[in-house]
Amino acid sequence: MSNRIDQLFATKKTGILNIYCTAGFPELNDTLPVMTSLQQYGADLIELGMPFSDPLADGPVIQESSTRAIKNGMSIRQLFEQLKDFRKTIHVPVILMGYLNPVLLYGIENFCKKCAEVGVDGVILPDLPMDEYESDYKSIFEQYGLHLIFLVTPETSEERIRKIDSLSKGFVYAVSSSSTTGKDKDMGNQQAYFEKLKQLQLKNPVLIGFGIKDKATFEAACAYSNGAIIGTAFIRAIENTTNLDAAIKSFIAGVK
Amino acid sequence: MKIAENTFGSKYHVDEKGFYGRFGGAYVPEMLYPNVKELQDNYLQILRDPAFQQQFDQLLRDYVGRPSPLYLAKRLSEKYGANIYLKREDLNHTGAHKVNNTVGQILLAQRLGKSRIIAETGAGQHGVATATVCALMNMECVIYMGSIDIQRQAPNVARMKMLGATVVAATSGSQTLKDATNEAIRDWINNPVDTHYILGTAAGPHPYPDMVARFQSVISEEIKAQLLEKTGKANPDYVMACIGGGSNAAGAYYHFLNEPDVKLVAVEAGGKGVNSGFSAATTQLGKLGIIHASKTLLMQTEDGQITEPHSISAGLDYPGIGPLHAHLFETGRATFLNATDDEALQAAYELTRLEGIIPALESSHALAKLKDMSFNPSDVVVLCLSGRGDKDMETYIRNLPNKLS
Repeated sequence: MSNRIDQLFATKKTGILNIYCTAGFPELNDTLPVMTSLQQYGADLIELGMPFSDPLADGPVIQESSTRAIKNGMSIRQLFEQLKDFRKTIHVPVILMGYLNPVLLYGIENFCKKCAEVGVDGVILPDLPMDEYESDYKSIFEQYGLHLIFLVTPETSEERIRKIDSLSKGFVYAVSSSSTTGKDKDMGNQQAYFEKLKQLQLKNPVLIGFGIKDKATFEAACAYSNGAIIGTAFIRAIENTTNLDAAIKSFIAGVK
Repeated sequence: MKIAENTFGSKYHVDEKGFYGRFGGAYVPEMLYPNVKELQDNYLQILRDPAFQQQFDQLLRDYVGRPSPLYLAKRLSEKYGANIYLKREDLNHTGAHKVNNTVGQILLAQRLGKSRIIAETGAGQHGVATATVCALMNMECVIYMGSIDIQRQAPNVARMKMLGATVVAATSGSQTLKDATNEAIRDWINNPVDTHYILGTAAGPHPYPDMVARFQSVISEEIKAQLLEKTGKANPDYVMACIGGGSNAAGAYYHFLNEPDVKLVAVEAGGKGVNSGFSAATTQLGKLGIIHASKTLLMQTEDGQITEPHSISAGLDYPGIGPLHAHLFETGRATFLNATDDEALQAAYELTRLEGIIPALESSHALAKLKDMSFNPSDVVVLCLSGRGDKDMETYIRNLPNKLS
């Protein structure tokens, strides 16, 4: 069991905190300092966003962080350059999240190879269709020991959830409501969906994301799953800060 | 109408998986999957229902004013040495071909039990056509439009509002059609159950490119019948159309795709020139990529970021192209040309003075390439005049002051 995501879930079953941050944000060279602080103050998993010009599944806050990161000069090539030696200091599992177009242009095999080289553990590509992954790319991801994590939503049928669970590795990303990221939809209505997910007893651990922003929502999500993912609220917490490390410390202290 | 005929197995129509050759598909995030799947599973069945077809035909006839005339433009023909027919989509209710598709999709939305309609718009023609059918069917209507386009197409914004639509400015990115489409898709993600997205062009995830092409295919169906009546032959030598996403071209080509004697000519927006850095000529500048959930040719940076196109015409200002057209380009079935902003303006002025028809800036791009064709005098050319120029008067007056004084 060499993948760090699997190692994490093997040793920790509940209350897992996954923080999303757009790479190259707020400034181009903040990627590593952000990861270092996240690890130090208790994030269990780090999801790095590869910024894209047209992030369809994201709300305004993450869109703006992507635009800013692209302006800063972030790209997949730049990111791999920044991540070259990151495993000397960062030991928590790291996932890259992004949209398919830049990855396709970079080359799927190249991308997977680079991920393995630098020590990335998993990838989330929300607009990669499951069928195409299975027929064209699954063997490449597996060859490089890279986990591909799929999403499920409240509208996903049980049959499809089963299929997603069978193809996903690492964990399944349960989107809390039908929305783009950062929407304040009422989590109270989602209990039946979370309950259903729990009862399906998926082979993968489940992390809940979208709408998780503070201690209360984090704990509510953790009651039904192995943990939760915070993105928009974290981006908000660091976008205008003058002290990145202190902002991250206080953000995580406010959640855990 | 032949909107629902079986075309599977045709080289130039969509295949069962939603692809045209290597282009097309539905690259949607899971949040959008149920919406798109519902359409994929139902659209052909609905289009094949005789009651649907009857209602669609009747609205096109009595409400839109179809068939649109096929007009032999005599002075234009004399100038360019061929028999040039204009397919007068500009005479449709709301002033462009867009309404063919919105009538079809609003009927489809009703059958799917939807109560709320969203749409993107560039020039505002699709927004107006959508707001129009929403008023007709008493449905809530939200139109996303780039904030730059809201400024340059003010009359259409006013029309949409008068029709009862809410117009929402897309302020991200280049603030044009691409970004309006992003916002419409995000709205759909956030409203997955009650909302139908009336996408206006032959792009986006499957089944939109095929569905929109089928609704627009009435254009080529009529051309065939009208040409047969006027010339004794149903097939022209050339069909010419402008292309942004490609809905009027898809409709004008549709019934000729498998007729190799009909040459298809597509005219993209060259902007200030293909190599100027201010262009929307996707087939010349694009590479394989994914935009709005469709795998197609796409203008992008070497890092895979979608670039901001330029065209004087808001309706062609799009960094991608419908997957059908990418396929027609790659297979050589259609010839792709491009017209600059200036060429389009000149062509608009010329048609106005030769034929007394003020064309939309989009259609003017197709007209602009008549001068670059080498026609035989006996050639029959059908050019799709996709829209009228009322919405562009401000641009025309601003850019051609000496000729309009």
